[in-house]
Amino acid sequence: MATGVAAWLPFARAAAIGWMPVASCPMPVAPRDHRRRQDELIILNVSGRRFQTWRTTLDRYPDTLLGSSEKDFFYNEETKEYFFDRDPDAFRSILNFYRTGKLHFPRHECISAYDEELTFFGIIPEIIGDCCYEEYKDRKRENLERLQDDQEENKDVKLPHMNFRQTMWRAFENPHTSTMALVFYYVTGFFIAISVITNVVETVPCGSTPTQKDMPCGERYTVAFFCMDTACVMIFTVEYLLRLFAAPSRYRFMRSVMSIIDVVAILPYYIGLVMTDNEDVSGAFVTLRVFRVFRIFKFSRHSQGLRILGYTLKSCASELGFLLFSLTMAIIIFATVMFYAEKGSSSSKFTSIPASFWYTIVTMTTLGYGDMVPKTIAGKIFGSICSLSGVLVIALPVPVIVSNFSRIYHQNQRADKRRAQKKARMARIHLAKSGSANAFLLSKRNGLLNELLELTGTNTGEQKLPKSACLLESQHHHLLHCLEKTTAHEFVDEQLYEQNYVEAVMQSFPAARRESVSSRDTATPTCCGRRSKRNTTLPIAALQPGVNQQGPLQELSAIHIQCADRPSRSTSRSKLNLKADDVGRLNCKGGRITTAIVSLPSPPALTTPDSDNLRGPPTRRPPLPSPGPSIQTTTSSANVVKVSAL
Amino acid sequence: MGALMVIFSLQPKQRRKPTDSVEDELELSAVRHRPEGLGQLEAQTRFSRKELQILYRGFKNECPSGIVNEETFKDIYAQFFPQGDASTYAHFLFNAFDTDHNGSVSFEDFVMGLSILLRGTIQEKLKWAFNLYDINKDGYITKEEMLDIMKAIYDMMGKCTYPVLKEETPRQHVEVFFQKMDKNKDGVVTIDEFIDCCQNDENIMRSMHLFENVL
Repeated sequence: MATGVAAWLPFARAAAIGWMPVASCPMPVAPRDHRRRQDELIILNVSGRRFQTWRTTLDRYPDTLLGSSEKDFFYNEETKEYFFDRDPDAFRSILNFYRTGKLHFPRHECISAYDEELTFFGIIPEIIGDCCYEEYKDRKRENLERLQDDQEENKDVKLPHMNFRQTMWRAFENPHTSTMALVFYYVTGFFIAISVITNVVETVPCGSTPTQKDMPCGERYTVAFFCMDTACVMIFTVEYLLRLFAAPSRYRFMRSVMSIIDVVAILPYYIGLVMTDNEDVSGAFVTLRVFRVFRIFKFSRHSQGLRILGYTLKSCASELGFLLFSLTMAIIIFATVMFYAEKGSSSSKFTSIPASFWYTIVTMTTLGYGDMVPKTIAGKIFGSICSLSGVLVIALPVPVIVSNFSRIYHQNQRADKRRAQKKARMARIHLAKSGSANAFLLSKRNGLLNELLELTGTNTGEQKLPKSACLLESQHHHLLHCLEKTTAHEFVDEQLYEQNYVEAVMQSFPAARRESVSSRDTATPTCCGRRSKRNTTLPIAALQPGVNQQGPLQELSAIHIQCADRPSRSTSRSKLNLKADDVGRLNCKGGRITTAIVSLPSPPALTTPDSDNLRGPPTRRPPLPSPGPSIQTTTSSANVVKVSAL
Repeated sequence: MGALMVIFSLQPKQRRKPTDSVEDELELSAVRHRPEGLGQLEAQTRFSRKELQILYRGFKNECPSGIVNEETFKDIYAQFFPQGDASTYAHFLFNAFDTDHNGSVSFEDFVMGLSILLRGTIQEKLKWAFNLYDINKDGYITKEEMLDIMKAIYDMMGKCTYPVLKEETPRQHVEVFFQKMDKNKDGVVTIDEFIDCCQNDENIMRSMHLFENVL
């Protein structure tokens, strides 16, 4: 039963009394309506905008959110209303659906936002009313195409386990996938051009020889042209055979337009080879040479514009057909009229109706060669009518074709633009993500430092390291922390990750590692400084000799804070990378390592525990809530304080 | 050439226009109706104020213009019986509700009819049913009228029934009905015969009370 007319159900049931007297069997018992409560107003608070409606209105559709008990989850006891934190504008059409039974799609809404709202409220989009359904479907299709375009881009990523044949096919279809494909693409393009140019130049008169004057080049330099032709055809043949081999469906490939063009382009040569001896058919052979010009169509693989043009013509087939048909009609009519009008005049060129066709066509397309001109007055009158109507008939279907072409062309342009923008978009997203990851790492260190401070019972009066910027962030970081604890792994930044990876590889060669470590240890500060980026391996690497009881896992999770003599550093560091410098220098100097820890600006006297050290830094510390992560390390004298993150 | 054709085709439309617009205006102005006041309706029917409010809200929701014409009526009724064809029975129902026979059912008609069906006495309900069956409103139910009604009811069942509907089922049903109702065997059923017979039939009496709690 359609719930849209739920209000009329009582009427329908009452009207059933009309069946009673004629009923052949006793009637079943009516269902009792236990909840005989009065109809009440329900307040729906959607992001502050209050909608009110009757409870029975909502109950009409019991399989949606508002019509079922699911809305009790959103009930607010204090205000006695149902609160939804959703878009109030979109909610309007949803509530109207309950009221009128028809779901409308507001045109200014974004299609995906609207879809989300519908899904949230449990309404299937298929019940959108007829008035809005087409628009909805169109927008949905556009959105889908956009998504598909993006997906196709991703598909370009090389799939694993592609055999040779598939790789070749992909190379043929998408020249940008590999260098070889690009080379092939350009080579074939070059040879197509060469072939077309030779065909053209062949016919140019080359200058006179003693024997004959004004021979076309083709006959003068026969051998040269023949060699060129052979080379081109060989290339084309090889290309065609390769494509045939690589095609996933050979039958479909052979039927496709491009392959037919390929075949037609190379066939005349082979037929010519076979038929050179036979003089009788040489005339036909000459005609065949005309087909060589089809090679120019091979350019459509190289030019997107050509493909669009071809596609447009295909899609405007009906308009073109109409144009042709109306033109034919007009030509026949006017040719007949002109013929009979000019029949009387002497020496008229209009010898027959088909002869008049030429005049009509030339006039209607406003060419006006002037080789056939009407001489009688009637002929001139009809001739002028002919030219006027020609303009109209041709002008009518052309805008349709033009607009089709323009639409398809712009669609392709949009796709290209999206692809170009996508890279920039992805880069920005990646930057944002890595920024937040770094923030987490930073806060983790800060948190650990705080723990350290508390562990060592320092007076953290003014030395409190800055807490996270807001509660939200700290909760998020806590969450990531919990994840770390769960998996017994840590988040590290990219560099450290790469180095850890290298380290893991080096695990299998302990001896070599030791050597490398020691070699690095003995490196001078300057060379460490130069190799700043790579020095961050040192922390991990040197951990092994430094504090030997760690397994690799614990290495990753343990953070060692060591003390060492260190020169003062400048306080502000804006890049994580720079800490590597310090760490490197630290390591080189003192052979101690700190991992993943930022270096403090200055190492004060080292005998006392951290408090002294930490007193120094605050004075030099720049305002820490600066955007970039500023980096500090703690040092404690002669104590290896291992603060394990586990 | 094409231009000439276009010019020729344009002309007839212009001639048609003036009459169309007038008719359109008439149509727009005709479909409005406001019911009598709530108090009046309350007096005339057996519904309370609240019930009338609920009824009117439902009514107006489906028919914003305030009156129902036969097409809309058939549409609405057909939605309750998706399997079969309810249009014929809806036609008869419409005639039964449209007491003043002006081709449309206003809210008053609607509510009066419902008042009888839901809150009326047995007599009134039976009279209403008789009125429904008596298609030409001449006071007698003939076999042909009954057959029409019966066919309309069976049409609402649709094709997919168990056991399968046969051609003569409505006719047989009408025979049974007439055997029961037509006391003097004159081929027609009058209102008195009808009421008497129904009052003596227990099943019918019981089912008459069935829908009392609908509203």
